Amino acid sequence: MLDLTHTAPKPRVIAGAKHDWELVIGMEIHAQVSSNAKLFSGASTSFGAEPNSNVAFVDAAMPGMLPVINEFCVEQAVRTGLGLKAQIHLASAFDRKNYFYPDLPQGYQISQLYHPIVGEGEVLVELSPGVARLVRIERIHLEQDAGKSIHDMDPNLSFVDFNRTGVALMEIVSRPDIRGPEEAAAYVTKLRQILRYLGTCDGNMQNGNLRADVNVSVCRPGQYEKYQATQDFSHLGTRCEIKNMNSMRFIQLAIDFEARRQIAILEDGGSIVQETRLYDPDRNETRSMRSKEEAHDYRYFPDPDLLPLEIEQAWVDHIAATMPELPDAKKARFMSDFGLTDYDANVLTADLESAGFFEAVAKGRDGKQAANWVINELFGRLNKEGRAIVDSPVSSVQLGGILDLIASGEISGKMAKDLFEIIWTEGGNPAEVAAARGMKQVTDTGAIEQAVDEIIAANPEQVEKAKANPKLAGWFVGQVIKATGGMANPATVNALVAAKLGL
Amino acid sequence: MAIDIDTARKVAKLARIRVDEADLPKLAGQLSGILGFMEQLNEVDVTGVEPMTSVTPMRLKRRADVVTDGNQQAAVLKNAPDAREGFFAVPKVVE
Repeated sequence: MLDLTHTAPKPRVIAGAKHDWELVIGMEIHAQVSSNAKLFSGASTSFGAEPNSNVAFVDAAMPGMLPVINEFCVEQAVRTGLGLKAQIHLASAFDRKNYFYPDLPQGYQISQLYHPIVGEGEVLVELSPGVARLVRIERIHLEQDAGKSIHDMDPNLSFVDFNRTGVALMEIVSRPDIRGPEEAAAYVTKLRQILRYLGTCDGNMQNGNLRADVNVSVCRPGQYEKYQATQDFSHLGTRCEIKNMNSMRFIQLAIDFEARRQIAILEDGGSIVQETRLYDPDRNETRSMRSKEEAHDYRYFPDPDLLPLEIEQAWVDHIAATMPELPDAKKARFMSDFGLTDYDANVLTADLESAGFFEAVAKGRDGKQAANWVINELFGRLNKEGRAIVDSPVSSVQLGGILDLIASGEISGKMAKDLFEIIWTEGGNPAEVAAARGMKQVTDTGAIEQAVDEIIAANPEQVEKAKANPKLAGWFVGQVIKATGGMANPATVNALVAAKLGL
Repeated sequence: MAIDIDTARKVAKLARIRVDEADLPKLAGQLSGILGFMEQLNEVDVTGVEPMTSVTPMRLKRRADVVTDGNQQAAVLKNAPDAREGFFAVPKVVE
């Protein structure tokens, strides 16, 4: 049904001092699950609340408190897995990842190391029409988020807020299938788009609701193909992990910096130490977090407070039956049903709100024209004022009304733009506003004919010129439209001028 | 599996338990004893046996996605050695 034929993009090649190098990138995306309550407690997940107000005793790790899983968070993870065409594991289990940090009151994070709820899936990342990278997903597991530390409120103290402690996260782990900084950003964009379509994560990167850990290594050309053929990582270089990125731009800059750092070390005869690094946007560099690394012996073990999580196939089937249309399918449908170009379909399916708005306008109308109006007039105007589609002053019904007036020939394209402006600022029913303002192009041939006759009679010289050179007939068309106060339908005028001049 | 002194020292450090150097040999011996005792279980052949997670058949208890808790800042902070402006205040953590 879906035409997903594509060719793979070329990997990013960086020329070193001695030879060429290719990039190999794998990502772990931490996506905050959209839910009302936390993963194992009944405290709220809302952002921006008073510090430590969205905290249950479970989250604060008070002695004797026991976790009880939020079933909806499980459902959201399953829905995400289905959206990434992944295996759903009917039996999964929770483990404790042990470490000490002030934002982790339990002294461990409840996660799913050994038996994640979602297994292998895939994401198709389009880079240009017909060129796409199929990124394999290794697994998705559910885990708890940590709290938030603020370091700049006191010179000697850190301030800790547990509001985010225990909020459900999905960690989405990719295979090392991403081959350059742009691909990495495109992968995050696509994943974010799918999650937002599914309603399983709001994708708000600024609030930290979607963050990425990026694993970067470099290798000589040809090595990656050996890895793909054997899945043997020894063909690839040693990787470094850049933690906690929440900006598309910084992800790209950090990967580029990190790859060049590794190449410089390797060409100098050194070797890469596998480690965790942090990107500093102020200096555009990555720095080792070795101090933290040393303490990271997580001593995972199954969480004795939680039985294995067993779900039923019928429940998974029920979730599958209520899946929304996903971006790839919607784009393909917009292209086939409305005759849109690849570019327009991409723009209009970028998020659900835009897609819904367009579809409401296009339904029963000329799809291409609707796309042009939504993208050029509406989005153009929204961008100019920094507004989101949901805050558009012109509704889909109103824009549809304007297009209907064009389609019926009642107003010209030029008038439609003026009408759009009026509806934008003043609102109202387009047909009524047009009528009240006398916006109506003259299609009555009698009236136009009279104007044409008058202008021809008054300009014999122009008539001779136009007869010699039919291109000059445009002058008459302009004069007629001017004479009718811009009300004449240009198509009608064109036809009449041509007929009268005998062209 | 025998726990040597270095392993005992590392485990103590990871658990944030202060152990005097002089006590480590005794501790290593005790940990080895515990693991040795547990290792007897390896003698049982459990091939093809599903892991048992509870004595009575039980399903993991679930909760609906409803906010039922929270709004108790004072209670949450009550045991904190230091709390300011609604936050736990801890010795500076430097990244």
